[in-house]
Amino acid sequence: MSSPAGAVPAVAHPAATAAAPSPPATIRLTVNGVVHTVQAPPDTPLLYVLRDDLALQGPRFGCGLGQCGACTVHLGGAAVRSCTIPVAAAASQPITTLEGLGTTGRLHPVQQAFIDEQAMQCGYCVNGWIMTTAALLARTPNPSNAEVRSALAGLICRCGAHMRMLRAVRRAAQSRG
Amino acid sequence: MINPTLSRRRLFATGGAVVVSFAIPGLAGRRGDAAASSGPGVPAPDALDSWLEIGPDGRVSVFTDKVDLGMGVSTAFAQIAAEELDVPVRFVSIVMGDTARTPDQGGVGGSTSIAVGAVPVRQAAAEARRVLVGLAAERLGVAADKLGVRDGVVYALDDPAQSASYGDLIGGRRFNVALTVQSTSQNGGVTGSASPKAPNEYKIVGTSVPRIDIPAKAAGAFTYIVDVRVPGMLHGRVIRPPVPAARLVSVGSADGLPGVHKIVAKGSFVGVVADTEWHAIQAARNLKVTWSTQRATWPAMADLYTAMWAMTPTTRRVMAQIGDVDGAMRGAARTIDAWYAWPFQSHAMMGPSCAIADVRDRGATIWSSTQHPHQLQRGIADLLGLAPGAVHVIWVEGSGSYGRAGMDDAAGDAAILSQAVGRPVRVQWMRADETGWDPKGPPVVVSVRAGVDAQGNVLAWDYVARGFSGSGIPAGATIGGNMLAGQFLGLPARGFDVPTVVQENYTFPAKRKTGEIVPWPQDGSPLRTANLRAPSQPATTFGGESFVDEMAAALRIDPVDLRLRYLRNPRDVAVVRAAAQHAGWASRPSPRSDVSRLGVTTGRGFAYAPRGNTLIATVAEVEVNQATGQVHVTRLVLAHDCGLIINPDGLRGTIEANLIQSTSRALKEEVRFGPAGVTSVDWATYPILRAPEAPDRIEIVLLNRPDLPPYGAGEPATVATAPAIANAIFDATGARLRTVPFTPERVKAALADRTWPAA
Repeated sequence: MSSPAGAVPAVAHPAATAAAPSPPATIRLTVNGVVHTVQAPPDTPLLYVLRDDLALQGPRFGCGLGQCGACTVHLGGAAVRSCTIPVAAAASQPITTLEGLGTTGRLHPVQQAFIDEQAMQCGYCVNGWIMTTAALLARTPNPSNAEVRSALAGLICRCGAHMRMLRAVRRAAQSRG
Repeated sequence: MINPTLSRRRLFATGGAVVVSFAIPGLAGRRGDAAASSGPGVPAPDALDSWLEIGPDGRVSVFTDKVDLGMGVSTAFAQIAAEELDVPVRFVSIVMGDTARTPDQGGVGGSTSIAVGAVPVRQAAAEARRVLVGLAAERLGVAADKLGVRDGVVYALDDPAQSASYGDLIGGRRFNVALTVQSTSQNGGVTGSASPKAPNEYKIVGTSVPRIDIPAKAAGAFTYIVDVRVPGMLHGRVIRPPVPAARLVSVGSADGLPGVHKIVAKGSFVGVVADTEWHAIQAARNLKVTWSTQRATWPAMADLYTAMWAMTPTTRRVMAQIGDVDGAMRGAARTIDAWYAWPFQSHAMMGPSCAIADVRDRGATIWSSTQHPHQLQRGIADLLGLAPGAVHVIWVEGSGSYGRAGMDDAAGDAAILSQAVGRPVRVQWMRADETGWDPKGPPVVVSVRAGVDAQGNVLAWDYVARGFSGSGIPAGATIGGNMLAGQFLGLPARGFDVPTVVQENYTFPAKRKTGEIVPWPQDGSPLRTANLRAPSQPATTFGGESFVDEMAAALRIDPVDLRLRYLRNPRDVAVVRAAAQHAGWASRPSPRSDVSRLGVTTGRGFAYAPRGNTLIATVAEVEVNQATGQVHVTRLVLAHDCGLIINPDGLRGTIEANLIQSTSRALKEEVRFGPAGVTSVDWATYPILRAPEAPDRIEIVLLNRPDLPPYGAGEPATVATAPAIANAIFDATGARLRTVPFTPERVKAALADRTWPAA
């Protein structure tokens, strides 16, 4: 061991004064084609409203920092991180979650490709990979391998199912082609 | 039970008499008598009903303490049960890790779920089939040996119209058949009087049945632990000390913190409970807390490994000794030595730990993604001052945890918070709680020395691995002090020291393997250590297999040829040859003869390892940018022999993921720390491999061994990736990487330090 433990002046948490919490407001959201009215502080990250108020399970909390993509939803067709978007900022455009992308029996081609390639281990992150891929292929139907890897660079998969997920993206692109 | 006086043992003693009784409503969760070895209310392993149930519709429920960490073992268990019962896989549901419904099998760890945990399931399913055929024989008036079974229907071989389905024969009722427990170990197998099928009869085992969980996961319809909602549930968050030794001085009030139900401060445990998740998060951020700060007693990060070598071991154990190592070393023409270092690594679980606790005066229910439900039951009981039987732990799948991540600690947090408010509380850790405060995979330093003769034969090998412990915080949270909340309440952890050692089967004439433990402060620390996938073996194999490569280079021998010279076990030889052959390995010494000192260069490296009875060999091909120090793994080839294969595609998926995760651990992962605690707390400060960095290709060679039992596959493919990559970097550049991870800075330093072998 190096230096022995020694008391130093006490420290306080939090280090800096945080912004004052905002009071609840009534917010209208269009999620998976259905209009919902929720009561929430406008600064609440969209993720918690989707999960806790609307009981959706597709988007998941991974980091709360926009670093991993587990919370990805489509907002007006673009893949965004619902953990860093205030709910009030999501009121103006339609929101699609993994549940709304396709359902069992009527799956989106990207969901089907992930099943066909068995492209996950635990699957906790897979929402981000499927939602990001669906947005990518809507924009770029036939991406190169480099474009695919680059488009998915913002996602984390701790288990390491990358190779299968990359194959699933290719399969989905071909099935749409 | 209907007839409590007729004990299981007596039933068995009477030759396995079958007493079919009706299940008592309300006791559905209490199948099987509690044996002395199990906790109160825990289904006993010596009752067939503890393992298997068949409903009136013929659907089969299998009960096991082995839980699915996302590698697909539930599908493999379903295949094994379906095979023995002759039912389609889709008829089978797997109930995992519920202390009131599943026997205690010791939880998940060490790649044992299929190798050990599925043994009783196979036996129970075979026994159930035997009993069902017997019941059909009575009902149909046909001798049992004239009956067949297809898709859960027993039929007369001579007249298939004569038939009875499993649902008709037993549906919803108990078997009341005793099984014999083969060993006192919780993992020990059980047997009935039926013989399971021989591997050459398998129709379902050995096939690539698609994973039963994946369709729901792809559709957003799967319920993970984070999706569990309980009526009346509140949301909790925890606040950790700024440095490990800090004690709580004071906590502010809830004034100005909307939605807060209660601020809980006990010992140095601080948490908040609020009406919504966002309110709980904000309260945890904004609550005023004062800590006594103390400097951490750990060494500076840059000095960690030299400090470990300088410490006096508390344990030193010679794990293997063959021949006269010291004498052979003295007689050697030359000796070679090197040392290697492996850092603290985080489980960095994808979904931060989450648990829901409902603690009432008389008992508690805990929903957790723990890998050890029955141990957690005892630990939560100890933490809360309840009898173990008053705690019901229900496992719900979480994200891939790969050892002792924060799951049990979060369960302890939720239990303390729920006890304080008398209502159910859901806690999910924030990212910094998980990456910063999970129990860490421990650092290991390895020293190896070899003596060789003038002809290039290895005469002696002396291997020492030194670690803080094999585990530190035990895998199962069996006492309150083995959870972080308990440690903040002042309860001591009860860790255990297992010296770590390398696994290899080289037949060097003299060989010594020593494991050493040096002390490390564990309690209440974000650098407490615990099992992380293939505990410590990635480190010990990194040392051993890098050193074999160093010996081969010093002797100017091809590294595969050197290995084959000293491997005698036919399975070892086969796995090494399979990997080399598939990779197109050309026999030549490393580094390659045309190494350039500049620009981008390529190379190949080899490593082999047993893990338990499973054997693997890994080939890595890399591209090294000598200007930037960037290493890109272009190709990984792995040969894998885990005995009998249950599901080839499921196995490939798990192996691929092992290879990616271990490439990440080799190239990128290192917990950073300073005087004020752990500073790698998110994906920016604890980066892992992302899609652009994934290898271009992964190729897997499966060596199926139907003549052997199934061995483990959850961890082995992880253990030889780092040395294969290090050996490939050496082949490409002549630079030797002896410390993980191989960051661009470390690679550049090694390139600057490289010495060139004499031509």
